[in-house]
Amino acid sequence: MSGPRHNLHVVSGKGGTGKTTIAAGLACALATRGRRVLLCEVEKRQGLSELFGVPPLEGDEERRLTRTPAGGSVFGLSIDAEDALREYLETFYHLGLAGRALDRFGVIDFVTSIAPGLRDVLLTGKVYEAVRRQLKNLPTAYDAVVLDAPPTGRIGQFLNIHEAVSGIAKVGPIRTQADSVDALLRSRSTIVHLVTLLEDMPVTETEEAVASLRQSGTGVGTVIENMVNPSPFQPAVLADVAAGAVALDVPGWDAQQNAALAAEFAVEASRTLEQQVRHDRLSRLGLPLVQVDFDPLGIDAESLFGIAEQLTDQLALEAS
Amino acid sequence: MTPPPTAHGRRSAHAAHAAAPSFLDVDTLIGDRQVEIVICCGSGGVGKTTTSAALAVRAAEAGRRVVVLTIDPARRLAQSLGLGELDNTPRPVVGLDTSAGGSLDAMMLDMKRTFDEVVVTHSPPDKAEAILANPFYKALSSSFSGTQEYMAMERLGQLHAQASADAAAGRAAWDLIVVDTPPARSALDFLDAPEHLSSLLDGRFIRLLLAPAKGPLRLMGVGFTLVSSAMNKILGSQIITDVQTFVRACEAIFGGFRQRAEETFARLSSRHTVFLVVATAQRDALREASYFVDRLTEEQMPLAGLVVNRVHGSALDVSAQRAAALAEDLDTPDGAAGEHDLEAEALRRHADLMRVAEAEAALLDRFATARPDVPQTRVPALPSDVTALGDLRRVGALMAEKD
Repeated sequence: MSGPRHNLHVVSGKGGTGKTTIAAGLACALATRGRRVLLCEVEKRQGLSELFGVPPLEGDEERRLTRTPAGGSVFGLSIDAEDALREYLETFYHLGLAGRALDRFGVIDFVTSIAPGLRDVLLTGKVYEAVRRQLKNLPTAYDAVVLDAPPTGRIGQFLNIHEAVSGIAKVGPIRTQADSVDALLRSRSTIVHLVTLLEDMPVTETEEAVASLRQSGTGVGTVIENMVNPSPFQPAVLADVAAGAVALDVPGWDAQQNAALAAEFAVEASRTLEQQVRHDRLSRLGLPLVQVDFDPLGIDAESLFGIAEQLTDQLALEAS
Repeated sequence: MTPPPTAHGRRSAHAAHAAAPSFLDVDTLIGDRQVEIVICCGSGGVGKTTTSAALAVRAAEAGRRVVVLTIDPARRLAQSLGLGELDNTPRPVVGLDTSAGGSLDAMMLDMKRTFDEVVVTHSPPDKAEAILANPFYKALSSSFSGTQEYMAMERLGQLHAQASADAAAGRAAWDLIVVDTPPARSALDFLDAPEHLSSLLDGRFIRLLLAPAKGPLRLMGVGFTLVSSAMNKILGSQIITDVQTFVRACEAIFGGFRQRAEETFARLSSRHTVFLVVATAQRDALREASYFVDRLTEEQMPLAGLVVNRVHGSALDVSAQRAAALAEDLDTPDGAAGEHDLEAEALRRHADLMRVAEAEAALLDRFATARPDVPQTRVPALPSDVTALGDLRRVGALMAEKD
């Protein structure tokens, strides 16, 4: 069995599009028999532990979030920039006393908060380290790493490590680290997925994110259309329904009930048609589009496997 | 079996086990002349910008002289306000009903320009130039994650000062500022970022960087040498030099940073300011709303209430289970085209809608039970995007309407 084609999956999307849910579903999809997948979050939200219904992920622990029905495991890691910097200092510099002094003088806070781009380098640096374990054949290696990345508004900046540190650290170890991370993000083993709803604003942000990422040299792999309401009917039929030109006749219902249902169905039909228009707009990006259906029951740890199935079927990407 | 609640039957169906939350009356809020600043907070993707704009339109048409400060509007929203583009300067919105004597100006925060203006205003010309050209400043003013929040506060302070000055001089002045907060991972960032930034710029480390090698601060020198050499080792000396240059150049305005952050905070906790927490009826958004509500309560900040956007409901009082069962009855056994295919699909869609409405109602009830003192208003999901002034008016009316 060969490994997944991509080692690092970066998932972004506008706020409210279900980015974390899709990242988690993707991690489950990648965790086929015997595989270990790491799911990382970088914005201290504890969205992963909430989603999987487990206690918060603390410090640098990589804890198993779930076993997939296919027999793989998904692990979770919540990356914190300050912890990453402390760990980094300890690992590479053995600073000891000076390291503690840095903390005491507020330098850690200062550096991770203000030194521009450095925060992002530290966050992606941790992800880089996790991805690298596989190349080094470490026992803690993962078959794939999924990153629940910052929203589309920030993703270009987040992934543009090179640019981020260029004005600040021109030489030195941070620069070396940044260059390695940058190389990974631009390599073929990294793929970026953008999650969107088929609504105007998220689609616009997706288009903008694709343009900005392309400009910076990081390509987008797929666009995932989330919460889609597919319809078994042809657009012409839906257009009639949306226009209110179709009378419904549910056996046993009175005229008022039928009219209320028809009015509601008209709204749904026009929404489906609008979704189709947005889908066509996204098609013009020239990227593979993947649909994940709307789940009226809401999202919990179990429903992730359903999302994983839909992703597996359509991506067919990582199956060996 | 009790039918699941619909949007219309919600209060009666749940009255037995959940106290109905009190109603957030936005018309009373915008009619109250004591209220001069309304701040709309909430996590990303809940419709904050739309809520801010709709509230501003409604207040202006009710006779208030309003300026709305948006952070990151969709271009179509700018267009719906009749503005091709929004910039850092308030521009009048046309097409409003001004018969009640109100007006509306809109602007979008330009973070970098606002920061530049702060620097130019508060430092001597030669120093201002040095700061603006410093690479560290350039990066700080355009990419620090808290700068947007900080500058939103700064801009709010400026608008408020301008309104007070205009009023004092007898000119037409804004009497209401509506603020849309930046799209943050957490609504709390808006409260925390300015304090965080000013403490960083005013903190021990900065004082160390500025400390002369001799003099009363020399005692701190040992620690500083340690820190400084560690920093040099890690970051390279360039960044340290840039930071030092930056810090020296704008030393004069650091006191200003802290002072203004404190002033703004004081203004926010005054009786002239209210916070509106915006959410959708979804778990994540309501969790963020809870954090924010609790924080405001803790800090004794004035919370007006919760606006819940995009709430689903149905005028058709048929439960999800019944609709699904009916749809199944209408399906042909072999999946071939039948005479009731449209009805079956319509019923399935209705069943989905009812499941959503039911889940939302349960989450909102839970919120109301946990925080009974927080008034709520619910805005139903609209069939299409908000793209015109009329749509904003409609959202405003739905917000003001008792659910």
